[in-house]
Amino acid sequence: MISIGETLRLAGRALRRNKMRSFLTTLGIIIGVGAVIFIQSIGEGAKSRVRAQIESAGTNIVMLFSGASQGPGGRGGWGSQPTITWEDLRAIQTELPSVRAVAPQINSQQPVISETNTWNTQITGTTPDYFIIRNWPVADGALFTASDQATAAKNAVIGQTAAENLFGPGVDPIGQIIRIRDAPFTIVGVLERKGQNAMGTDQDDCIFIPLSAFQTRMQRGLGKFVPGRISISAVSPEAIPRVRQEVQQLLRERHRLGPDDEDDFSTSSMAEMTSMLTSTQDTMTLLLSAIALVSLVVGGIGVMNIMLVSVTERTREIGIRMAVGAQPTDIMMQFLVEALVLSAIGGALGVIFGVGLGQVIAPKFGWTMETKTQIVFISLAVSAGVGILFGLYPARKASKLDPIEALRYE
Amino acid sequence: MAALIQLRNLAKIYQSGDSEFAALHDVNLTIDRGDFVAITGSSGSGKSTLMNLLGCLDSPSRGSYLLAGRDVAQLSRVELAKVRNEFIGFVFQNFNLLSRTTALENVELPLIYAKVPPAERHVRAREALERVGLGHRAGHTPSQLSGGQQQRVAIARALVTRPPLILADEPTGNLDSATSSEIMKLLTELQHSGMTILFVTHEPDIAAYAARKLVLKDGAVISDERQQPILAAAS
Repeated sequence: MISIGETLRLAGRALRRNKMRSFLTTLGIIIGVGAVIFIQSIGEGAKSRVRAQIESAGTNIVMLFSGASQGPGGRGGWGSQPTITWEDLRAIQTELPSVRAVAPQINSQQPVISETNTWNTQITGTTPDYFIIRNWPVADGALFTASDQATAAKNAVIGQTAAENLFGPGVDPIGQIIRIRDAPFTIVGVLERKGQNAMGTDQDDCIFIPLSAFQTRMQRGLGKFVPGRISISAVSPEAIPRVRQEVQQLLRERHRLGPDDEDDFSTSSMAEMTSMLTSTQDTMTLLLSAIALVSLVVGGIGVMNIMLVSVTERTREIGIRMAVGAQPTDIMMQFLVEALVLSAIGGALGVIFGVGLGQVIAPKFGWTMETKTQIVFISLAVSAGVGILFGLYPARKASKLDPIEALRYE
Repeated sequence: MAALIQLRNLAKIYQSGDSEFAALHDVNLTIDRGDFVAITGSSGSGKSTLMNLLGCLDSPSRGSYLLAGRDVAQLSRVELAKVRNEFIGFVFQNFNLLSRTTALENVELPLIYAKVPPAERHVRAREALERVGLGHRAGHTPSQLSGGQQQRVAIARALVTRPPLILADEPTGNLDSATSSEIMKLLTELQHSGMTILFVTHEPDIAAYAARKLVLKDGAVISDERQQPILAAAS
């Protein structure tokens, strides 16, 4: 058998001779590999963004909701009937060793009026601990304080999106007065930008006011139950399961639930949400990749088709080569390497195409691209494998030609 | 002179269904090194079958074929390819050059399969082209060459591996008479330089160039005569 270098040279020459055909043949592989790379990159990007977003919410967080986690109709009923009292909240804060901080959030969507604009945004009443739990500092100004909380001071901390919409760009929001339900609040701080959360909502479109001010100005009086969600931060990420267990134990005791009663509250951790969301992403990516892989196989069939045509067209050439001493393996390798080169070039171009496509498309839809080297190598290996697999049959066919017949072929 | 080719009871039988057809039966033939042999006969006489067997493109049904002392009758496809590469140069009626490939690359082809390194390949292919008087046409593709020139390239390809045997199947069949005599002159020169040349022809004036003339009929040699070639040795 002649050397691989020699065979490669032969293949290169044969492919250059039919440039257009070679290109069109590789197009199938290019599209297949490109699609795999593109989908994988987008999927990987989405996954890491979800992870980053969830982590931006704070890593040690356990969310506590009123209502059963497991109702008769399945999961649901978060906060549908408030069951957690302010007393419960205080107990969690003071009695549980694994809990670092607790902050309730009571939300209300309200029109907010500044001197120049009106903007409908989310008003949240909470305590200063909330910003510690969420790991969310101010970009400018200050947070409201424990004494603001104690006096129900009408101070507000504003998110960047809400600030831009209320005051317009370039205006310093600090010291501005806004009116919420006719009550004037003074902006004391602007929060750092957080971006979208895992569900895609803009976390910066918000205004925070002291819980006490929320209760006096907006809810009119103190109910027995906490009408919102409760964020609990564990002392460490490892303490999260312990926090959930302690909270469960404490609340079951306080709510006097019998051993057969279900919880009338539920907890969830960010880690749980992360794995839930990323596993959805994984399934989607896998599904789409499978479709892309099918197109790669179709591309491979295209390669086989063209190689079969090529073998027939070049029957006489095969005869000549055999007459001057080419062995069957030489002929087989020549066609196999041609198919392999076609597929490998297609694979390489496909990687470029997939990454390029992502660079163009991803920003338009606000997607993130993350191309793993691993995927690139797997795609290249698969396309080369496709070349060998689909090149084998035509190559064997060529090598089995009878030299006498082949020389006579017109 | 030592025998280059020895055929003993060589036969080629084709089977179709129950009937057998002997394209060649029991040919006994010895061809010495350096001989210049014409094989003639009407179509269907077995000329082509004999050439295919001599050229190791096909295997006989029976009998033995000693080429340079080695029995090649029952070799595998792989071994036959090696024998063709090492011992035989082919010249065909329709030239059989690779299209869109330069004369030089066409001549290099057998050397590729002989695993000669590229640099040496170029030198030897160029030498062979010069020997057939086409050194100045090395970069031309077959479509840029005349029929006679194409056949010269084919002859250069046949002799580039310095094989002991050149087999030419109707080498002048597609050429006019002036070009034909040039090609025959070239083959005569090669024979004078020591190569053994066998050619098939059905034209008596082409057969006249040979030193020995075989006539085939119905798959058997019916006449085997020595003759005075029309181009005598230079000496």
